[in-house]
Amino acid sequence: MKNFGFSVQPPRYIDIDNFDGRILMYVLQKEPSFNICMSCGCCTATCSASNILDFNIRKLGLLLRRGVSEELEKEINKCMLCGKCTLVCPRGINTRNVILNIKKALTKIDENEL
Amino acid sequence: MTNKKIVIVGGGIAGMEAAASLSEHGYSITIIESKASLGGNVANWHKLFPTLRDSSEVIDYLTKRIDNPQIYTRTNSKVENITRTNGRFSVEVSGATLDADAVLVATGYDLFDSRRKEEFGYGIYDNVISSADLEQRFKTEKPITTANGSEPKRVAFIHCVGSRDEKAGNHYCSKVCCVTGVKQAIELRQRLPRTEIICFYIDLRMFGAGFEELYREAQEKWGIQFVRGRLSEAAENMDGSLQIKAEDTLSGRPLKMRTDLIVLLAGMEPSCGTVALGKNLGLEQRMGKFLQPKDEHFLSNKSSIEGLFVAGTCTGPMTINETITDARSAVVMIDEYLKK
Repeated sequence: MKNFGFSVQPPRYIDIDNFDGRILMYVLQKEPSFNICMSCGCCTATCSASNILDFNIRKLGLLLRRGVSEELEKEINKCMLCGKCTLVCPRGINTRNVILNIKKALTKIDENEL
Repeated sequence: MTNKKIVIVGGGIAGMEAAASLSEHGYSITIIESKASLGGNVANWHKLFPTLRDSSEVIDYLTKRIDNPQIYTRTNSKVENITRTNGRFSVEVSGATLDADAVLVATGYDLFDSRRKEEFGYGIYDNVISSADLEQRFKTEKPITTANGSEPKRVAFIHCVGSRDEKAGNHYCSKVCCVTGVKQAIELRQRLPRTEIICFYIDLRMFGAGFEELYREAQEKWGIQFVRGRLSEAAENMDGSLQIKAEDTLSGRPLKMRTDLIVLLAGMEPSCGTVALGKNLGLEQRMGKFLQPKDEHFLSNKSSIEGLFVAGTCTGPMTINETITDARSAVVMIDEYLKK
């Protein structure tokens, strides 16, 4: 077949109907405070990793709540678990524990436990 | 005319309006105010949103309204105890005891003490001021400068200081600070046309008539910038200017910025008097220590004690219009109660 240089792109929309909530449900069960984020961005502003890397913990959490978890594993490893995000969160969310549990959930998926 | 007596605790705008209106119904009123003069928090403000009307107009209007032989005012007085026996109240005030057929609690709010948000630097860095400080500076009509007397090139307004903040102990929204910030940004711009002004917010809650229009005017006419992101921390530079860290959440990137002045939009907390009375009388509380009305929709001015009513910001954050309307609504309930 002749190659015209075009390819079919996967759709960009957030697909709420096909929601893979395994990681989200696991994290919410372990750290229910994750539910009450108001996306103020304090965590990202103070994040030690965000200043040098393309890493946004608020956005990562938001995408997870939308069922988008592509590249989560690669992204979450940028976190150094310093915990500054937890200190500044005005809603008192234990963001550090959220990250820890995302990592645990990813391991469990790898081991077919979720 | 009636010989029934009402004690109003708190001489802010709610207490003043209720006193004026109750006296028109023929009751005898005593207003008890802990400060030396009436007017409460409104008396400390320079201009009011959304019309930029002078706050003294409100105070003058209410002062005229309570200039009435049926209204007696006790300033510099504190309520020590309120007891109810056989349907009548005894109010102990700074050594004296007053009898009353009904009591109206209008003890209002205090501004959040911004020093409690240490990471914002109020009381630590010279160029971090509060919204109340800015009103005082507007009042004096002196030029607005940084601590060393120079014209600020950039000013940052920080929304939600002490509001929506679990760590400050206040999870509720103080609701009037959003539009106060927009109002103050415009006033500052009018005085400092060359200064860049940037507001950092979580959500802009422009709920009242004319609020959204003021926000639009701030953008359209005055070039005020808005960044959707809450201040994470502020630090001082060698030259006394400040370094701000926030996330620009709409672009999804961390943002750092140098600014010459920071204005913290302090939220509302139940006043010391509101907290003390609530505790003393065992009244139900909500949103921290604001007073809980008996019914949210239908009995918004009744408390759990019969004959004891509530009005104004002692039940939660309110605008001036809402406070005055609420005071009038309390008057209707008190009048119904006393006529029974």
